[in-house]
Amino acid sequence: MVLSRATDSDGSIHSTFASRYVQESLPRFQMPERSIPKDAAYQIISDELMLDGNPRLNLASFVTTWMEPECDKLIMQAINKNYVDMDEYPVTTELQNRCVNIIANLFNAPLSNEEEAVGVGTVGSSEAIMLAGLAFKRKWQNKRKAEGKPYDKPNIVTGANVQVCWEKFARYFEVELKEVKLRKDYYIMDPVKAVEMVDENTICVAAILGSTYNGEFEDVKLLNDLLLQKNKETGWDTPIHVDAASGGFIAPFLYPDLEWDFRLPLVKSINVSGHKYGLVYAGIGWVIWRAKQDLPEELIFHINYLGADQPTFTLNFSKGASQIIAQYYQLIRLGFEGYRNIMSNCAANAKALADGLVRTGRFDILSKEVGVPLVAFSLKDNSKHDEYEIADHLRRYGWIVPAYTMAPDAQQVTLLRVVVREDFNRSLAERLVRDIEKVLHELDALPSKLVTEVTASLVESHPELKEVKDIDIDSTKLNSCHVFNEVLNSQKAVKAWKKFVAQKANRVC
Amino acid sequence: MVLSTTAESDESIDSCMFASRYMQTPLPRFRLPETSIPKDAAYQIIHDELMLDGNPRLNLATFVTTWMEPECDKLMMSAINKNYVDMDEYPVTTELQNRCVNIIARLFHAEVEDGKQAVGCATVGSSEAIMLAGLAFKRKWQNKRKAEGKPYDKPNIVTGSNVQVCWEKFARYFEVELKEVKLREGYYVMDPKKAAEMVDENTICVCAILGSTYNGEFEDVKMLNDLLVQKNKETGWDTSIHVDAASGGFIAPFIYPDLEWDFRLPLVRSINVSGHKYGLVYAGVGWVVWRSKQDLPEELIFHINYLGADQPTFTLNFSKGASQIIGQYYQLIRLGFEGYKLIMENCSANAKYLTEILEKTGRFSILSKEVGVPVVAFSLKDKNLEHDEYEISDHLRKFGWIVPAYTMAPDAQHITLLRVVVREDFSRALAERLAQNIEMVLQELEALHPKILITEDDNVEANGNYKEAGRQARHPDSVDKTKGIC
Repeated sequence: MVLSRATDSDGSIHSTFASRYVQESLPRFQMPERSIPKDAAYQIISDELMLDGNPRLNLASFVTTWMEPECDKLIMQAINKNYVDMDEYPVTTELQNRCVNIIANLFNAPLSNEEEAVGVGTVGSSEAIMLAGLAFKRKWQNKRKAEGKPYDKPNIVTGANVQVCWEKFARYFEVELKEVKLRKDYYIMDPVKAVEMVDENTICVAAILGSTYNGEFEDVKLLNDLLLQKNKETGWDTPIHVDAASGGFIAPFLYPDLEWDFRLPLVKSINVSGHKYGLVYAGIGWVIWRAKQDLPEELIFHINYLGADQPTFTLNFSKGASQIIAQYYQLIRLGFEGYRNIMSNCAANAKALADGLVRTGRFDILSKEVGVPLVAFSLKDNSKHDEYEIADHLRRYGWIVPAYTMAPDAQQVTLLRVVVREDFNRSLAERLVRDIEKVLHELDALPSKLVTEVTASLVESHPELKEVKDIDIDSTKLNSCHVFNEVLNSQKAVKAWKKFVAQKANRVC
Repeated sequence: MVLSTTAESDESIDSCMFASRYMQTPLPRFRLPETSIPKDAAYQIIHDELMLDGNPRLNLATFVTTWMEPECDKLMMSAINKNYVDMDEYPVTTELQNRCVNIIARLFHAEVEDGKQAVGCATVGSSEAIMLAGLAFKRKWQNKRKAEGKPYDKPNIVTGSNVQVCWEKFARYFEVELKEVKLREGYYVMDPKKAAEMVDENTICVCAILGSTYNGEFEDVKMLNDLLVQKNKETGWDTSIHVDAASGGFIAPFIYPDLEWDFRLPLVRSINVSGHKYGLVYAGVGWVVWRSKQDLPEELIFHINYLGADQPTFTLNFSKGASQIIGQYYQLIRLGFEGYKLIMENCSANAKYLTEILEKTGRFSILSKEVGVPVVAFSLKDKNLEHDEYEISDHLRKFGWIVPAYTMAPDAQHITLLRVVVREDFSRALAERLAQNIEMVLQELEALHPKILITEDDNVEANGNYKEAGRQARHPDSVDKTKGIC
């Protein structure tokens, strides 16, 4: 008798979930030996990614999470273009130049009619800030060298509320970061204090238009005026950089009379994130300089592009062209009126949300009406339950709302922050308020966190207490109890330590 | 009589796109337009302008991937609204990045135990990766010199002059001196002996390239390692190596597994590779891996509180799209070792085929080697011809091909060459067609009169070196690295 064995039917015939590919665990550390069919690869990864948060419910981020399908189409078509190949993709390069010019003019750069602006597209505000900082550092070094003075200790003056990329810049490019500390109820950089901190080694003062903590705009005009005064007295030439990462696409549309940009003479460079209120997906930022002399020539690389000179100044080289095309799409699709309408909507929705929260009677609002459309709020009474618990409980409803501590020296203030983006409509705002109210009810029913911890530790050290079903702790009686005090104090210490560590590393961004 | 005027019909309902007024109005180039336009119009206008860009797949100048499977396109599009840096919100994406780092580190034989996390991170490209690696070397060297009580204000780095422009950026922006080993005719990569000679006490590292951009050749990292081990013994310095494997990092492990260039060599401390070159992902992802924890100074690392656990990060960029990282992971598990090996073998075979056809024409000498990145670098044999490589490149554009022509790095800048990069999507049929078109171009050029007129110019020598003069006029020598090929 001839025995024949049926061969394993071709794996590609099976439906994906019938195939062996979804049974085997993927190697996490080692490259797999064999290939797998593309459908299996797609399904496996797509399924794992289901457990990521939903980008549109991520109220922690300023970064755009929705674009029109027409733009998605353009983005997909450009996904295989390497933006840096200027020779091969001259139109894409032209679109970048147009965006730079449009944004420079939006910021009132002092350009004559046909003059090309000085600026560049970057991967985000981090790269933009590093480029701007490099320009300031080099300019200052050259000036000091010419004066025959030491140039080895450059510093930069900012508020303690700066985003982490400034600290990166300082650390990687060996510049000292001099931070103006915040204080209770004043959560942005104080221009008066900032100017006091300026010395001969200061390469620039960085002001933020739209603090990440509470969306507030810093008073760039006051800073400019005070610095002008100081420059006159000292003979130093300290300039200003405005970190308009979020505010740069808000202020020109909602607050056109607010003077914060190149209308102020000491502002030499501005960065803005295309992927925040520029309304483009993650991966695009812009940095603009006031004029050619604000960008030292020695930092610029000249690429021979179509026989003409294309100057470039970026940290990254190869990168996708999609976001630049998407930025241009938004600029011409929306125009001034479109951006203004969207930002007005955001501001109105933010106000509605803030009003809803105030009506609950449980929250203080820390964000101002003039600023980036976000709502920063903290509990009036956070002794029993704190903002972190609210954030945790909200996750169960699908919302991602971050809780964090204020920057020094106001780190005893904890708050929650909801960023109102283009795609956060009024009904979502109302739903969020209702869900926050539900969470408050839930938390009110729970014993306070501290009591829970104390109880747990008591049970741990006295196992016989486990038999007791109902530990009804009357805190007033316990205050005099030594054991309780000891446990209480150690729990408090642990809690404080955790908060301290979390605050250092828990960068809100 | 009542006069009534009809209202203008709503444009968006009836007009076909090209009938609307939006196609007539020029878009402002410098200012934000006052009013909005319909999304279809915006799409059409931009799409049409972009038709005049080159076709990415015919762009033979670039190493960067221009084609991925539709399933991967789908994954990337669905991840396009994810900001990769939100680790708290997208833990799976963060995990995928960590897996990629581990897979790539082990591919390069990093010193990491089973189950332990390798040290490395995703970047936007090799430029960022190189800056991070360079920063790590600089800081390590500075700390060492401070501890020894010696001056630490003049760090330098030793490379070949064939390095990609990002090394010069690193040097310029991070205030490190760049000491270049010059090339010579017939030897177009860094000479390890000369490099080792140039090392001094201020050298933070020596950088070797696996896959020179000029001709795809691999530098001899093993010899460099051995010479440096010797020198370190004699001098007591601890100079180590960084391997810029931007293109070669995804080639060598698959088709030249016995070539020792990675962490198998003791002095190699960090390696960068471009995910968007032979990692087979679209532009926007690179990887840098360190040998072990002590090669990355702790003070450079930022610690983010991520899901209650500590997530160390070390990048220049912050917010960026998550798509390319997911794309990289897709490729790693979809292809596996055998898939990458087959693709690289195909590329290599196609490059060899193209090389043979070009040699058969009898008109070209080949400057690329067989062992290396699948690139065909070739130049005209007859230098006294009336036409040069730049003209061939120009004429090839007419057929749709983008093939760059450029001069070698110093001191071999009198050599001009053309370079064709063979990517995954460059099939044998395309190779044949390219060869045919090159032959047609040569015939066209011969039929033309030389472009340069003989003049009384100073540049013109008696024996009619007008061709050289003309070439100089049109394409000044790329002595300045900033005009280099990439």
